[in-house]
Order: sequence, then structure tokens, then C-alpha cells
Amino acid sequence: MKAVVQTGDGQLSCESLTKVYSDSKGKKALDAVSLQVPSQGIFSLIGMNGAGKTTLVRILATQLEPTEGKATIDGLDVMKDAKKIRERIACIPQEARTVPWMTPKQTVLSYLMWRGVGYGEASRKALEALAKVGLEGQANVLNRRLSGGTKRKVLVAAVLSSEADIIFLDEPTTGLDPLSRQELWTFLGGLAQDRFLILTTHYLEEAERLAQVIGILHRGRVVGIGTLEQLRAKVRYQYSLMVTSASELPPIRQGSVTKSRIGQTQILTDEAEAYEVSRLLLEKGAKFSMSRTSLEDVFFHLVHRDGLEGRDA
Amino acid sequence: MRVWMREVLASVLVNSLYEMKNYPVVLLNTVLSPLSFLLVITFVSKGQLIGEAIEGGFIMSMFQSGMSLQGDLSHLKNDFKLQDMVVSSPTTPSAYVMGMALAEIIYSLPALAVLAVLAAIYIQPGPLATLQLLLVFLLMFFASVALGFTLSTFSSDIVQSFAFSRLISTLFSTIPPVYYPISYIPLPFRYAAYLSPTTYAGELAQGSTGLILLSQAETAVAWVVLVAVCVALLLIASKKARWRDV
Repeated sequence: MKAVVQTGDGQLSCESLTKVYSDSKGKKALDAVSLQVPSQGIFSLIGMNGAGKTTLVRILATQLEPTEGKATIDGLDVMKDAKKIRERIACIPQEARTVPWMTPKQTVLSYLMWRGVGYGEASRKALEALAKVGLEGQANVLNRRLSGGTKRKVLVAAVLSSEADIIFLDEPTTGLDPLSRQELWTFLGGLAQDRFLILTTHYLEEAERLAQVIGILHRGRVVGIGTLEQLRAKVRYQYSLMVTSASELPPIRQGSVTKSRIGQTQILTDEAEAYEVSRLLLEKGAKFSMSRTSLEDVFFHLVHRDGLEGRDA
Repeated sequence: MRVWMREVLASVLVNSLYEMKNYPVVLLNTVLSPLSFLLVITFVSKGQLIGEAIEGGFIMSMFQSGMSLQGDLSHLKNDFKLQDMVVSSPTTPSAYVMGMALAEIIYSLPALAVLAVLAAIYIQPGPLATLQLLLVFLLMFFASVALGFTLSTFSSDIVQSFAFSRLISTLFSTIPPVYYPISYIPLPFRYAAYLSPTTYAGELAQGSTGLILLSQAETAVAWVVLVAVCVALLLIASKKARWRDV
């Protein structure tokens, strides 16, 4: 389906976005979140439980009112221009489930009719969308008989079949087996070719693999945002050496060394020392691997730092 | 308008037609619930109150539609997150709720058909009485739908929601004099019965078909109360119900 053509400023923007739930005793679920990212490709929000990911997504998807602040997508205000935004967005909420008494075809068809598509066209598009996610053979099976991964694909087919060009996916792969997750990743990658996906996830590998821009939320605040490269630049060390066997490590001047219970040692350091240590390890015949710091390394660094600062305050 | 109709039809499909098609057993409950009271009242009164019981069956069906709507909306919202998916789409709340409410009526159609046949046999209302009955039933339907929608948007727990639904249904359509004349209630308790809008609906239905005698003043008061309650609940639903959470 042809996606809606973008006409706005091509940005997703939040200005001091704050949310305090009425039953939270004043605790801020979102604390003055400000960000600006291009509204194209995949923007992934990562963070621990309760970091504020779902709250932010629900505000942006016009499901929840913010307490303070402003958010716009392509220049459209999520509060004032909700009607216009709703014509362009689709959302699979966290913990969304298929209705058990319906079939995948009925699920996608009714979703399309809610978006104003006629019955005949919706029926045809539903079958097309289900075929795209590989469910053409299960279009008329009751949802309750489908596996968890297949049910997720049905919901993805529903938003895929719509004309929406901005799609919110709140933890879409939670609970899926590795194979189903891989399939969905491939599919989402394709979907992001001509649509803007806002994806929240607990799986850092998922964000690292799929997203062009990653936002890290912690305790309702943005502690890091940018491309993986930009996030790496925020931390002190850009290289990781994983040493699996070495009688003695060479001296480490700059980096940090962490030993795991299973005998592995991780050295996080800068580029120059990483190459120097590699050379010394090779001379010793040690088994090791070297890579750029992963999103996981960056995430723990930023969240841990934020945690320490929070405690100090 | 065409788009709005499609959105309404989507709700009807999800909340009734697909469920009836895929799980036909659910129809039994909607048929049995209003008819069971009708049978009990008819047997206990040895047929004396069959007219009142038939009209009570209609009122209960209409009122239960709204209460079932509350449970169903809450179920779809909290357990499946369906309402969030619909909120993030061009669908209007009015189309969503209207479709869901129509779905409840469709569920009640088998019971309503049985009641209509019984009414034609045992009550035989004239054209004016039929019109009055239809108006009373519609007012009950819209009032209960408005109440059901409002309550559903505030609920976050399906068990609590179904408990509320059953409680309100019992308080407003089973205990009040809907299946029998209000004169059967001892006087001190009669005043309490008038706290329920279904009491006025029952009186108007029974009065319009000559089952009880209502003065012009009593009839006027009953219409005013019923219309006022309906309008008030619709206003509350439109102002206070939450489409977007706060």
C-alpha cells in the first residue's frame, strides 16, 4: 500500500514532556523529556521496566494526555491535531492480544474498516497483508488456536495493511521465540523502508540491529539519544575485548576490566589501547575477540551513571 | 457518512457477528436471561402478570444491552488493548460506541423476537401503544449504553467491571417493578423503587398497554424522568467518558 506522503517538518519532537499519573503520589513517569529525531526509519526507545517508554509512546500515539509539555510529529501537535495525526498513525500497544473468537482475516478486516476502508476492499487487503507475513494458510483459523508469535504477526499484518505511515510498536517481540523474533525483525526492517516506526524494546540487540536512532530512557528521563555511533561517543570507551583464556592480562592503563563468573574477562577501552592490548594478547597466544562497544555496554554505562548521579543528588 | 458507517460496522462485526458466527453458544445466554424472569413471574402469578412480564423482558433486554456493553468494552480495552488500537486510528468514539451498542442489540435479537411474538399474542398493543413501547425501550437502551460506555472508560480491571455490570443490572432491571406492577411493592419501599429509571419505564409500558391505570400527571412525570435521565447520561458520556486516557 502507498503510504501517506509526509508534508510536515519531518521530525518527531518533544519539549519538556512530563507525565504524572493521578495515582502515582506525584512521581513523574516522564520527567521533562525533550528530544528531536527524524520521522523516518526506525526510532527505538530502550530502558528498564518503568523507565517511561510506554507512557511516551501512548502520549505520542494520542492515547494519553501529557501533564505538561508538547509533542509534535511532522509538525502536528499530538493534543491539538489529534484528528489529523490519527489518520496517519497505527499502533500495536504493549500486551495487545488478538481477540480469540476472531480469525486473522477477520482481525485485519475489521481493523481496516475502523480506518474507513469498505468491506470488499478490506477483505482483499487483509488477505494480502496476511500473505506478506506468511499467514495466508491460517487466515481463517481462530486466533485462539494460533501460537504467540503468529498472533503477533496478525497484529503486525493489521497495521501493515493500513495507510498509516507512522507506526508505534510497543515491545512487539516480547515473549517471542528467537526464530519468530528474527522473522519479525526482517519484516519490520522492510516495513521501515517507507514508514516511520517507533519501537520500544527490552532487547538491546533488537534496537541495535533495527534502529537508525536510539533513545535511552531511565526514570522518566532521556539519558542518551542518537545513532549507535553517537551514543558510543558519549561513553568513555569505544572498544570491547572479550578474553576467554589468558594466564595473565597485559597491563591496562585506560580501560576497565570486568571478570565474569564463567572465567571470561571483558576489557572496555579506547581504540589505541584496544589495539595495543590485542597485539600483546596475540603474542601470548590468548583466545579473545575484539569489537566496538555494543549498545548493551553503552546502555549500562549511561543508566549506571545516571543511577549514581541520582543517588548522589 | 459512509466512512462512519464502516467504522460502526467494524464494531458490530467484532462485538457480535464474528462472535456469534464462531461461538454460537453465546446466543443462549442472551435468550435465556430475559425469558427466565418472564417464565418465573408468569408461573408464580398463574398467568395473571404475563403482559407485565413480557414488557419487563423487553426493558431488561434493552437495559442489559448497555450493561453488557460496559463489560464488553472493558474486556476489549483492558484485556486485548483493542480500544488503544482504535484510539490511534481515524475512528471516532461515537462510531466505535454506536457499533458496539448495536452489536449488543443484535445479540438480543433472538430474545426480542420471542418477546415480540409473545407480545403480539398476549398484549396485542395498538399502533399508538406500540409506538410508546418502542420509545420507552429506546430511551432505556440509550440511557444504559451511555452509562455502560462511561463506566467502561473508567475501568481498568475486567473482574471489577463485570461485577459492576451485574450489580447495576440487578439494581435497575431485576429488583425494580419492571416485571410486575409497582402496586405489588409495600408502600414504604415504593419510594425507593422510584429511584430507578426502569421503574418509570415499566410504568409507562404497562400504562400504555392498559395493564395499569396511570393518570395524565403520572404519565407526564414518568416521561420527563425517563427522558431527563437519558439526556443526562448521554451528556455525561459525551463530556466525562475518556477516549484518550488522562
